[in-house]
Amino acid sequence: MIDEFAAKASEYAGSWDRFFFALVAVSAVVVAAVFVVIVGFSIRYRKGSDAYRPTLPKSLGFEIEIGWTAATAFAFLFIFWWAASMQLREIIPPRDALQIHVLAKQWMWKLQHSNGVREINELHAPTGHPVQLIMTSDDVIHSMFLPSLRLKQDVLPGRYTYIWFTADKPGVYHLMCAEFCGTQHSRMTGRLILMTPEDYSRWLAAQPEADNLAKRGEALFRSLGCSGCHAPNSAVHAPDLHGVYGHPVHLSDGRVVNADEAYIRDSILLPDKDVVAGYQPIMPSFRGTVSEDQIIELIAYVRSLAWEGRQE
Amino acid sequence: MSETAIESARDEEPGAVTASYLVAGHTLKSWLTTTDHKRIGILYALAITVFFFIGGIAIGLVRLELMNPKGAILSDEGYNRLFSLHGIVMVWFFLVPSIPATLGNFLLPLMIGARDVAFPRLNLISWYIYAVGAAFTCYAIVAGGVDTGWTFYTPYSSLYSNSNVLAAALGVFIVGFSSIATGVNFITTTHMLRAPGMTWSRLPLMVWALYATSIVMVLATPVLAMSLLLIIAERYFGLPLFNPSEGGDPLLFQHLFWFYSHPAVYIMVLPAMGVVSEVFACFARRRVFGYIMMVYAIMAIAIVGFLVWGHHMFVSGESQYANVVFSFLSFAVAVPSAIKVFNWTATLHRGQVTFEAPMLYALGFLGLFTIGGLTGLFLASIPIDVHVTDTYFVVAHFHYIMVGGSVSAFFAGLHFWWPKITGRLYSEAWARFAAIVMFLGFNTTFLPQFIMGYGGMPRRYHVYPQEFQVYHVISSVGALILLSAYLLPLIYLGWSLLYGTRAGDNPWDATGLEWQTSSPPPKENFEEIPVVNAGPYHYHPAEEAPDAARREPQEAQGRKP
Repeated sequence: MIDEFAAKASEYAGSWDRFFFALVAVSAVVVAAVFVVIVGFSIRYRKGSDAYRPTLPKSLGFEIEIGWTAATAFAFLFIFWWAASMQLREIIPPRDALQIHVLAKQWMWKLQHSNGVREINELHAPTGHPVQLIMTSDDVIHSMFLPSLRLKQDVLPGRYTYIWFTADKPGVYHLMCAEFCGTQHSRMTGRLILMTPEDYSRWLAAQPEADNLAKRGEALFRSLGCSGCHAPNSAVHAPDLHGVYGHPVHLSDGRVVNADEAYIRDSILLPDKDVVAGYQPIMPSFRGTVSEDQIIELIAYVRSLAWEGRQE
Repeated sequence: MSETAIESARDEEPGAVTASYLVAGHTLKSWLTTTDHKRIGILYALAITVFFFIGGIAIGLVRLELMNPKGAILSDEGYNRLFSLHGIVMVWFFLVPSIPATLGNFLLPLMIGARDVAFPRLNLISWYIYAVGAAFTCYAIVAGGVDTGWTFYTPYSSLYSNSNVLAAALGVFIVGFSSIATGVNFITTTHMLRAPGMTWSRLPLMVWALYATSIVMVLATPVLAMSLLLIIAERYFGLPLFNPSEGGDPLLFQHLFWFYSHPAVYIMVLPAMGVVSEVFACFARRRVFGYIMMVYAIMAIAIVGFLVWGHHMFVSGESQYANVVFSFLSFAVAVPSAIKVFNWTATLHRGQVTFEAPMLYALGFLGLFTIGGLTGLFLASIPIDVHVTDTYFVVAHFHYIMVGGSVSAFFAGLHFWWPKITGRLYSEAWARFAAIVMFLGFNTTFLPQFIMGYGGMPRRYHVYPQEFQVYHVISSVGALILLSAYLLPLIYLGWSLLYGTRAGDNPWDATGLEWQTSSPPPKENFEEIPVVNAGPYHYHPAEEAPDAARREPQEAQGRKP
């Protein structure tokens, strides 16, 4: 299937590799130096050798100690700065990232593309375009591990975690679960299939027809009765959801939260947790009524409303 | 407190003051009811040896399984239970008590010139608590095992695992009390029972290390106990603590767990640092270079070690900005560790170095600890950690610290103080041979794991992609070498017990109060409490005097072949 060792599927994986091997080189020099000094001293000052053993003045010993303490501290600071600055640059994904929902379960990966295509244990993605994974788990903590992209992120039940990447080398790579998740943990693996954008759209088109996530979410929104209260002309006083996603929401207790996936999920399952300012806590909880898959669809629908909201 | 205990002991064994502690009563009962810190140290040593080999057999099977990428001899479940057994037993029942509870118990009162620890009965109770905890965990093993790994991550352990989580977690919970009691005992002993003249700046580094370790044990272990109780509360009483659909927080456990378990690494490593400081000084015939700095480094590691737990959670979904802070703190804790490596190395300078078995083990420690420490920098660097965490890179790293470091130092200490403990000498040739084979076996086992970890081989997998097989096979062969190297001491030390020549009171010509009493020591350690009038490591007394006239003969002596 995949037989390349430590394959690289993107440019930044290369730059992380350079950082890694720079650290390996530094460590190798330090290890070699320590070994040489230990072996050197051991031989030179072995018992009975005629090496000269002068008495060092006490102050010199102290100066040596200050010297190497400062040197290591600066070296570590430098490595820290290098590592941290690489990391912080990667936090925020580009706005046009292609969003793919991931639901981890014992023991499989379920993925849903925004146009509704679903796959299991396989992640098809285009090269040259940023891709964001929005991940949650149905049961225990899993961890999405894409070694060829040098990426790993735990996937938690009840929360959303995100990673994003721009790959640039088409091919088939490992996709693994890295957090121990039970009996078949070592079989919770799959394939990351990176395709050129043309191949990717051809692949998408060839998939069985499916409503896109937002459409399915909208149908669900109606069938669950959400639309009865959240419609603009409803008699029940409930917040209008247009333009909510991705924007700050003022809550009745004075807090301001950003309406992200976690907020929307909480609003569905734990409606009393974050009550919007000016509204009564009258919404019932949908805990046990909707599945994780359905929550993903509802979120996709609310997100699509945000987009429409901004268009108006 | 201790005086009354000693008095009552004296009532039981009249005239035991001058005879060796080993002959003060031969019955099983005299051992199982002893309040003598030396005998309690031996009881711990026997117990941890049993667990060391249980854990070793478990990992032997695991390594055998990993020779084949498809998995050949074990089921998924069997494999998960074996690696969990290995981790739980090795961490909680071997590594954490290894040096402090065995060598520490035996040596602490001897090294500070005391007759016993501050609370001798509590010390015995600690061992029984350990035994009860061990019994629970053994039950979990016999009843079919546990499959959570040694880390017990929730919500898997609290809601999903179909194994004996309760018995295993209770076992670890109970053994924690043994740790706490030992810690309290050591702290009090160090404060209250030092011999006249044994000031803080004259304490051997081993004592400083045990003292710092005890502080960590007392402060951190309750947090572990708490987090294990929370698992039990959710699993058996349905309290919604970690289950998000009930409003729980799946990550809470990890914060609590690592708040203990990162400092726990120092519970394993600090005493190791103490041991090798003693061994280096003795076999280099030098005062440890930079004694004061070594003490500060020990205390700095113990304190800063509490602030770095977040580096275990870089990919857990915590804020990236928090990660950067934890990354910084993790680099900070590496500074004192580096200082210690430099100081040990510098201790060899101008020495009269000899290479008896304890020294070989200590040199092995130095090499392996350096590699383990440097790879720790990789894990403190967030971008690299993201890729290699939960892979074999981490497995290799913590084995270099915890096995390469702790266990090498444990063997260094065991060989160094063996003549004191038993009054006998072992076969020097076999001991040196074992030290070298252990070092080679260790590197054969764990160096390939760094490589396959970077290649993306996740830990806790027993079926894995073909491309990693060659590394797994090398690693398994190394494990076989290592396992046979660990059997050697069992044989030649056992032989020494029966046929070893008498050691004499101070076979290494070492300084330190423990060498001033007989080997093995009498039940109450010293016939007369010694008075201390100089710092530790008095190997070149002339050097400490600034006056040049006294220095010259010293140098002449140094040049003599």
